[in-house]
Amino acid sequence: MLRLNGVGRRFANNVTALENITTRIEPGAFVVLLGPSGCGKSTLLRILAGLDAPDTGSLTWDDHAPPGPGDIGFVFQDATLLPWASAEANVFLPLRLAGQSFETARPVVRDSLARLGLAGFEQARPAALSGGMRMRVSIARALVSRPKLLLMDEPFAALDEFTRHRLQDDLYALWREARTTIVFVTHSIYEAAYLASRIIVMSPRPGRIAAELTCGLPDTNNRRTDPAYAALTTQVTETLRAVMPA
Amino acid sequence: MTRLERAAPIAFGVLGLLLWQAAVGLMHVPVYVLPGPIAIVAAFWADHASLLVSLLSTLAVTAVALLAAASLGMVLALAMAASRLARAAIQPWAVVLQVTPVVAIAPLIIIWVNQQFAALVVCATIVAFFPVLSNTAAGLAATPPELADLFRLNGATRRQTLFLLRLPAALPYFLAGLRIAGTLALVGAVVAEFVASSGGFASGLAGRILESGYRLEIARMFAALTLLAITGILIYAALGAFERLILRRFGAGPPGDAA
Repeated sequence: MLRLNGVGRRFANNVTALENITTRIEPGAFVVLLGPSGCGKSTLLRILAGLDAPDTGSLTWDDHAPPGPGDIGFVFQDATLLPWASAEANVFLPLRLAGQSFETARPVVRDSLARLGLAGFEQARPAALSGGMRMRVSIARALVSRPKLLLMDEPFAALDEFTRHRLQDDLYALWREARTTIVFVTHSIYEAAYLASRIIVMSPRPGRIAAELTCGLPDTNNRRTDPAYAALTTQVTETLRAVMPA
Repeated sequence: MTRLERAAPIAFGVLGLLLWQAAVGLMHVPVYVLPGPIAIVAAFWADHASLLVSLLSTLAVTAVALLAAASLGMVLALAMAASRLARAAIQPWAVVLQVTPVVAIAPLIIIWVNQQFAALVVCATIVAFFPVLSNTAAGLAATPPELADLFRLNGATRRQTLFLLRLPAALPYFLAGLRIAGTLALVGAVVAEFVASSGGFASGLAGRILESGYRLEIARMFAALTLLAITGILIYAALGAFERLILRRFGAGPPGDAA
């Protein structure tokens, strides 16, 4: 999908957020960026989205064409919905910005909402939805333009444990079905181990890649209780302990 | 708010009126110094036609000034949001207009604008436009940065970002500014009328107040004042209701209109 070649980012206040990030995002991968707060994960995600530019190094896309509008879906930590618009109108937004009429887009919008379990909530406004449902709308919006790359910035961090588990399950199922390339930022070891096909462990300031782990959890329905999951979380914890300064 | 709390201001007002009436009667205060509430109501009733016509004249100035203030404030706020240069150019002058007392510039405006109604509207607009401008500008500047990022990612044009994100996000701010502007427009209209009345124009309520003062008809003066106060409260309440109505309806329509 794309390659990062020695990407670095230094802010105006001379804080080096990222230093020499070199890695590859394979098509269809579920890459999790794991690290403590302030390790530059979100900055890296913004660079991938094209919302921020690296000071050093570069991004190379496989087909040599930088992504256009709708090629990248972005899910923020907050649902960031338009509060005055219904769930349907929020999901329609990326297509509307691309110039589609609602009549043309309706089936795609409805389908995207249904995939996230929101059938019947088309007309609900964000204030009437729970935090988990708002996040579902946000994910449906990110997927509605069928992006090549889905970027997610700690999307479940603000949700309660039960809601988080359900959304992780549903996101994993969506990924397994569609194989959209996902880059997912989190500071939760358990979330990383549960979702990732590859974990990039980052060290704090300046953000560097400290370790990369390829994960191959079995595709069973009860991965959370699978011994392999427990073993993976142990492995990730030990990796983190090794790279974190005391 | 409990029912008791709701009733409290009315009860307090009625109590005040009773005490006022009692004090005026018991202490034999002459009506040309302080009339009691009953004398004021009587004065209003005796002259209600003239007072209501004057009120209409003041209201007309207020309404046109409010419309002008809303449009002017909105347009200037948009210009300030669109360009940093425009913001730098406009902001200090908006503040200059805001801090200059309208009483001080009204005589000039009345000389320059050679039509009474228009001159009054200009004065009232100067007083009323600032809250619309500053609120709308604040609203346009307060677009959530993540939503702005989302629009950028999806290749939104400036026009799309303005109409689908920044303006709707600024609407509650604009409406709050409008509510303040409504009462300020009334204040501005009355102040301008006072200045104009001294030049011989006297169709508004300020004219009636001055006139009553010259004739020592203090009860009629109070009647005109009371009318003004009630009008101010009604304007504030009406714009508040308008604000709630718009905010409640906003977004409830079909998605094509809502987003």
